[in-house]
Amino acid sequence: MRRLIIVAVLSCLLLPGAALAVKPDEILKDPVLEARARALSQELRCMVCQNQSIDDSDAPLARDLRLLVRDRLEKGDSDKQVLDFLVARYGNFVLLKPPVEPATLLLWGLSPLVLVIGIGALVVVARRRRSIALGVEGLSAEEQRRLDRLVHDDSAS
Amino acid sequence: MIPEIGHYALVLALGLALIQATVPLYGTIKRDESLMRLASSTAVMQLVFAAGSFAALTACYVTSDFSVANVFENSHSMMPLIYKFTSVWGNHEGSMLLWVLILALFGGSVAAFGNNLPVTLKANVLAVQAWIACSFYFFILLTSNPFLRLARPPLEGRDLNPILQDPGLAIHPPLLYLGYVGFSIAFSFAIAALIEGRIDAAWARWVRPWTLAAWMFLTVGIAMGSYWAYYELGWGGFWFWDPVENASLMPWLAGTALLHSAVVMEKRNALKIWTVLLAILAFSLSLIGTFLVRSGVLTSVHAFAEDPSRGVFILGILVLFIGGGLSLFAWRAPLLKQGGLFAPVSREGALVFNNLFLTTACLTVFVGTLYPLALEAFNGEKISVGAPFFNLTFAPLFIPLMFAMPFGTLLAWKRGDLLGVAQRLMAAFAAGIAAIALTLVATGTQHVLAPFGIGLAFFVIVGALVDIAERIALFRAPLKASWSRMRGLPRSAWGTAIAHAGVAVTLIGITGAATWGTERIVAMKEGQTITLSGYALTFDGMVQRSGPNFRVLAGKFTLREGGSVIGIMEPSKRTFGARGMTTTEAALLSRGVSQLYLSLGDVNGDGTVAIRFYYKPLVLLIWLGAVVMALGGALSLSDRRLRVGAPKPAAKAANSAPDLQPAE
Repeated sequence: MRRLIIVAVLSCLLLPGAALAVKPDEILKDPVLEARARALSQELRCMVCQNQSIDDSDAPLARDLRLLVRDRLEKGDSDKQVLDFLVARYGNFVLLKPPVEPATLLLWGLSPLVLVIGIGALVVVARRRRSIALGVEGLSAEEQRRLDRLVHDDSAS
Repeated sequence: MIPEIGHYALVLALGLALIQATVPLYGTIKRDESLMRLASSTAVMQLVFAAGSFAALTACYVTSDFSVANVFENSHSMMPLIYKFTSVWGNHEGSMLLWVLILALFGGSVAAFGNNLPVTLKANVLAVQAWIACSFYFFILLTSNPFLRLARPPLEGRDLNPILQDPGLAIHPPLLYLGYVGFSIAFSFAIAALIEGRIDAAWARWVRPWTLAAWMFLTVGIAMGSYWAYYELGWGGFWFWDPVENASLMPWLAGTALLHSAVVMEKRNALKIWTVLLAILAFSLSLIGTFLVRSGVLTSVHAFAEDPSRGVFILGILVLFIGGGLSLFAWRAPLLKQGGLFAPVSREGALVFNNLFLTTACLTVFVGTLYPLALEAFNGEKISVGAPFFNLTFAPLFIPLMFAMPFGTLLAWKRGDLLGVAQRLMAAFAAGIAAIALTLVATGTQHVLAPFGIGLAFFVIVGALVDIAERIALFRAPLKASWSRMRGLPRSAWGTAIAHAGVAVTLIGITGAATWGTERIVAMKEGQTITLSGYALTFDGMVQRSGPNFRVLAGKFTLREGGSVIGIMEPSKRTFGARGMTTTEAALLSRGVSQLYLSLGDVNGDGTVAIRFYYKPLVLLIWLGAVVMALGGALSLSDRRLRVGAPKPAAKAANSAPDLQPAE
């Protein structure tokens, strides 16, 4: 079942000489910057791999991107600037979490919409059931009078 | 000779499936009981021939018969015997053969153990089962035949993909398939009910054990796959939201929803139409999963377009069964009478809440997995949907679900008292808040969400305990009375509590590993020591060894805690000559439920070696929780009231050892 993971691994992990994603020589001296770089790396896709972030991937391209991210951070870019830079260069494909825009409206909106509709439908059904239940159990004014009369007649006799 | 026998057995199994798919149905129309009974015998014989075919392929692998193309491509004479067995399903053709074998196994089990089923229902169920079987036999014989011979048999095989040469692979796919294919029974029951236009609480009672069994296998199968990826892929992640993983998660979510809605149907005769729909959806998602993985559509749309024969075939099966099932549903479902009114705040209401959130979670995974494909096909725009998207969208659905869990089990049927339940859950609230406070004290306020994850988990675990305590009237009745109540408590009640606690255990594991894990990525010299979270790791040097069909380059590391040695870690790389491939084998060392994880990287020219060293606190709880969930399922399955073909209750039967797999 994991054939595709395996394919991904084959194409990314098992390139000659490669074994680990982030290599020791890439790590920045400043731990704060490095932490930011790692966090950003997890949001970015290794574009020659299948569904791997550049943080996980061993492909040479992923390494290039990791170095690029670190380079931009060292030059003082904010996280958003780094992402914008990469999107300008590679398109939205590089982001593992696509931005909300017309093309991704369904992606982001469908589940919340279904949840809201589902809750709404349940509320409507519950209300209708209650009114049906009342209609079955409740007596009309006329019925109530007849019932009262019967009870009174019974007690009178 | 053996491959030809296997091939022929498969053709005969198809023939039997064709009879099973048609004759019993004709029997139900003609009201001819002998024709209907044909379903059982053909189902059993179909199983015999499918098993024979599978045995033949296994024999080809064990004897390394490289004249069979499939064996040549996926085996090697030097491979250890266990991997010769597992490589049978470590490839496309063989795994499809396993798929139909398990399908036949479930069909045969219904035939053998479903003696108390009404004759027409049984005939219809087995006929539908045979429709599925037929389409997959055709698929194998026409597009993925594992028995094809090579004109010039080579002397040596190409070896199994080294990543698959691992005990994890031995267990993972069969378990996963038992889950996937197990939902076919629920599907067949649903279709049979729609054909008959009649459905009742007894139907749910027949369907539930099968669904429960499938769900258990799927739970353990997914957990196995996750653990396998964790230790084999070498970077310590346990869930990647990879489309292949999502393909197995979707049927699990739908199946979990189905389990819960079937309870409502069995106990209260309500939610019939919804339960039937879920039964159809759960198996449809299994089929979609098979399509996604087997068609190659995920690798790229282009690869799919270049060699579409297999993909198009599975797509055809998909359209036939999902489209057909849903059309039949739309046509016949209005015939099924609804029953069992209930107030919104009630056990039924809580289970509806559960279903709403589980199906929405399932939809989220579905949309996230298929959206990039759909968008690219629609306007050529390429986007990626990965872990950050799923983490963001999935968690908000699962948190309310888990919070509602203890409420649901305590609410009364028909009309519940939310305030009363909240009062009875005081102990659970207290435990949750205490857990949050303790976590905050112990780990600081750096990670705000993690303490709430731990708190929620403790709320659910203590809530499950409260549920049991309430049922046995603990502290309200004399202890002796509680004890006898506890012994009389149905196993399904224990099963529910344990499975729910299992979900919480997994949550603790995920929270711990994702939040408080630490790592060091360094290049180490021989004799150098590094520290991580209180552990000191010393690099002692490299060693070389040779395995049966690979060479090993291992690093020797000594792990110390507080000055004393607690273990030797030997992460290694294996080079497989036949394919010229290298795999990394991480070294794992468990400390309670936490683990230390060491993975080997490049050996540099200056004698240093790159390593990745992780401390993963509580990580084992992720998979332990799944095992606990499955255990709860098994306990529930052993409940006499649920057992398929259960005899009339007898004192003797109650004392006998629990039969954990009646569905088999």
